Amino acid sequence: MFDNFVVPDLLPAAPELFLAAMALVILMIDLLVKDSRRTVTFVLAQLTLIGCALIQFSTSTGEITYTFSNMFVDDLMSDLLKLFLYMTVLIVLFYSRGYIIEREAMNKGEYYVLALFATLGMMVMISANHFLTIYMGLELLSLSLYAMVAMNRESVVSTEAAMKYFVLGALASGLLLYGMSMIYGATGTLEITGVAERLYGGGVNKSVLVFGLVFLVSGLAFKLGVVPFHMWIPDVYHGAPTSVTLFIGSAPKLAAFAIVMRLLVNGLITMAQDWQTMLIILAVLSMAIGNLAAIAQTNLKRMLAYSAISHMGFMLLGITTGVVSGDARYALNAYSSAMFYVIAYVLTSTASFGMILLMSRAGFEADNLDDFKGLNKRSPWFAGVMLMIMFSMAGVPFFIGFFAKFSVLQAVVAAGYMWLAIVAVLFSLIGAFYYLRVVKLMYFDAPLDETPIQAGMDMRILLSANGLAIGLLGVFPQVIMSLCAYALLRSL
Amino acid sequence: MSTYPLLSFAIWIPIVAGLVVLATGSDRNAPLARMLALFGSIAAFLVTIPLWTGFDIANGGMQFVELKTWIPRFNINYHLGVDGISMLFVVLNAFITIIVVAAGWEVIQNKVAQYNAAFLIMSGLMNGIFTSLDGVLFYVFFEASLIPLYLIIGVWGGPNRVYAAFKFFLYTLFGSLLFLLALMYLFIQSGGSFSILEWHKLPIALGAQIWLFLAFMIAFAVKVPMWPVHTWLPDAHVEAPTGGSIVLAAIALKLGAYGFLRFSLPILPDASHELSGLVVALSLIAVVYIGFVALVQEDMKKLVAYSSIAHMGFVTLGFFMFSPMGVEGALVQMVSHGFVSGAMFFCIGVMYDRVHSRQIADYGGVVNKMPKFAALFMLFTMANAGLPATSGFVGEFMVILGAVKFNFWVAFAAASAMIIGAAYSLWMYKRVIFGDVANHHVEELSDINKREFAILGVLAIATLWMGLYPQPFTEVMHASVTDLLRHVAISKIQ
Repeated sequence: MFDNFVVPDLLPAAPELFLAAMALVILMIDLLVKDSRRTVTFVLAQLTLIGCALIQFSTSTGEITYTFSNMFVDDLMSDLLKLFLYMTVLIVLFYSRGYIIEREAMNKGEYYVLALFATLGMMVMISANHFLTIYMGLELLSLSLYAMVAMNRESVVSTEAAMKYFVLGALASGLLLYGMSMIYGATGTLEITGVAERLYGGGVNKSVLVFGLVFLVSGLAFKLGVVPFHMWIPDVYHGAPTSVTLFIGSAPKLAAFAIVMRLLVNGLITMAQDWQTMLIILAVLSMAIGNLAAIAQTNLKRMLAYSAISHMGFMLLGITTGVVSGDARYALNAYSSAMFYVIAYVLTSTASFGMILLMSRAGFEADNLDDFKGLNKRSPWFAGVMLMIMFSMAGVPFFIGFFAKFSVLQAVVAAGYMWLAIVAVLFSLIGAFYYLRVVKLMYFDAPLDETPIQAGMDMRILLSANGLAIGLLGVFPQVIMSLCAYALLRSL
Repeated sequence: MSTYPLLSFAIWIPIVAGLVVLATGSDRNAPLARMLALFGSIAAFLVTIPLWTGFDIANGGMQFVELKTWIPRFNINYHLGVDGISMLFVVLNAFITIIVVAAGWEVIQNKVAQYNAAFLIMSGLMNGIFTSLDGVLFYVFFEASLIPLYLIIGVWGGPNRVYAAFKFFLYTLFGSLLFLLALMYLFIQSGGSFSILEWHKLPIALGAQIWLFLAFMIAFAVKVPMWPVHTWLPDAHVEAPTGGSIVLAAIALKLGAYGFLRFSLPILPDASHELSGLVVALSLIAVVYIGFVALVQEDMKKLVAYSSIAHMGFVTLGFFMFSPMGVEGALVQMVSHGFVSGAMFFCIGVMYDRVHSRQIADYGGVVNKMPKFAALFMLFTMANAGLPATSGFVGEFMVILGAVKFNFWVAFAAASAMIIGAAYSLWMYKRVIFGDVANHHVEELSDINKREFAILGVLAIATLWMGLYPQPFTEVMHASVTDLLRHVAISKIQ
């Protein structure tokens, strides 16, 4: 009766299983913990992430391993992305802690548990080799995030943001699913590697496939937040409690990059000509709208939201240049530069929202640009950290953002798209303006209020380390660059 | 040859010193910050002296070379070296940094540590630019040096400083981003190398050379600055604090001109010949037209800023004569302008500190109250006008000699600029210094103190030395310039 049942190889998915189990355990333990002792939950969540990282390390074989009937894949790319994911979530929870303690409605164990479930969703997305796995991971992530955005129940703005996020997110999932179903219709399989094989074999109805591809790319664009599917980004970034904005603005970019790689590169590489054209349009529009709209913002969170749009556009440039007129020679260079870009962006973006959290205190959100006025007087050190973050985002050396831009541009030029590179640098120039404006506020203007920064020592140390990492990795970018290149070499 | 990594010292000693100064923190420790900054800048200057004394003048190639891998993923190396063209600028830069630290000694009372740190870090980064032999390394220093200057103008500048700082940063960034793409194109064409010296040998088709030349030119022309992309400079100069103006005029303007010699001419010889007419025309416009613009300025700093543009016009003019006389003359002019314009801005700073005005109309009869100052200011004004026996004469004269061989009318136009130069310099001097005491501000002036006298004295010695005995300066550059020109004469089109 159980003849057909084979116990799947659980090892490749060990971190996911561990995290799922621990999230449930923490949920239970948290029931017994009073609000004042919430630190227990926090510590357990952090230990879980560290545990995941350790398991990831010890179980990584470096080979491409499929399990759960080919629904799940473990390769070096997923290992590397997941390690950065754990690190990012760890930092995010660290930064959030002070903020949520000061806001009663959010100081619940659910905050940490939802964050863990969201992390699990991202891990599943990163390792997905099946349309359903992708969808499952995506929904786990999205549903956790909707709840997190709405956690501050008293805030009307947050609730509205959560509604918007939910409605638009559901629409995006619908688009994605519709695209997947079309591709299933054309190829007869839901497995990503299977789709790739069918397409190699030929004899697939091209028009159905392209039809599906359009929806698929639209869905992905929604999740990445690139123009014209970006409308939710500014509102959600702005409306969500800052600690949740920090979460949304960092780790999910890694997962979004992963599903783009899985779906478009692993699955539909033979259609590269079609989706690359689409991505180029999305990328150019994102850099244009993102950078131009960011100039008009007075709210730092909104400004960073538009900056996120432009950065995702820039990252897409790397992915668009993998295959040049049927020649995949540049693929490794292109995709690894995009991967490096995402990692560099996540590191910088984490620090930028961390700065807002650092400056906020009970009953006060430091999310207006004017709140940063005269920071150099109030705290020269953190003004310096913010300076590094801003120049890194603007792509000025010696900061990691420069080498991120450098590696993507280099891939674009290598692929022969000189005009695209020129467009990209011109929009970076426009982008530099609003980053410079933040530096101007901090250094050239007088402070509006002289209240000293109240954040705890742990927060200060971690944020300083984050800022220094932006600088140090800008001087020595080789490590992460070659890690990305190596991981992709072994995974593609 | 020294076994010490002198060039690395020249770059990193000021940067580390800058970070140490930064660590002194608030203005309570201002005296300590000043002392540390002075100590750091002197130490940084001392390590550059062996570069000159140990320099082999018969060798036109790179000396004191250091080569380490930096980012193997893109074959980017930490590759340093100096030749006769770049060595003097490293020394000049280190020297000017001491002047700058001393110039802000009493004047800057606000955020002293940050002020000095910004200049020290800037000095190290600019040494990096002059010594990089790797395209990306050059670019990284080139762009990173914008950050300290942006802060210097914006934090310690005048009333309109924010506008000036943004204009400065965005203008220069615009130029350098296209330059970056040109570097990437060369990287791909050369089969994966960012080495500038290898690019010197790389054959490139004429069409590509022209495009690359234009991309380089935008980057360097903005920095020089050449007409018509010069408009950021007067704004930046007027708003910058005295130290900022000195660094900007004495060193930062040389970066663009240096770029022409290191990148445009040797990597793209055919395009350089092809487009030399364009550069010469723009240079002549700078020399003549901007000279007239300088004549009508009412703000002293603006006047000297415009005169800087005109003087830099001589430099680019000299480069594109493709003759040893022209190129060496241009290089001498660059070094000389470093001393003279630095001194001019310092002199204006001296008066500004006392009267808080830069308007020529607010002065008159200063000689009655500040005789020592008037004498020194006279020397630098003469040098600015290109009077023989001052350093200003040597460079301009050599460039004009070079131009005569190139084309008589070009030489004629350039020579006429010496008259305009004399006109605006001396007329300004006359209105400010001579005559009766104009108002009660001038009445209350006190002559320069020992610190100011020392700074101006050192600069005066340098100006006269270069004017009377330029041999030590020209002999180091001769072999490298000859090499360069031999290189430029060979076509790269295959």
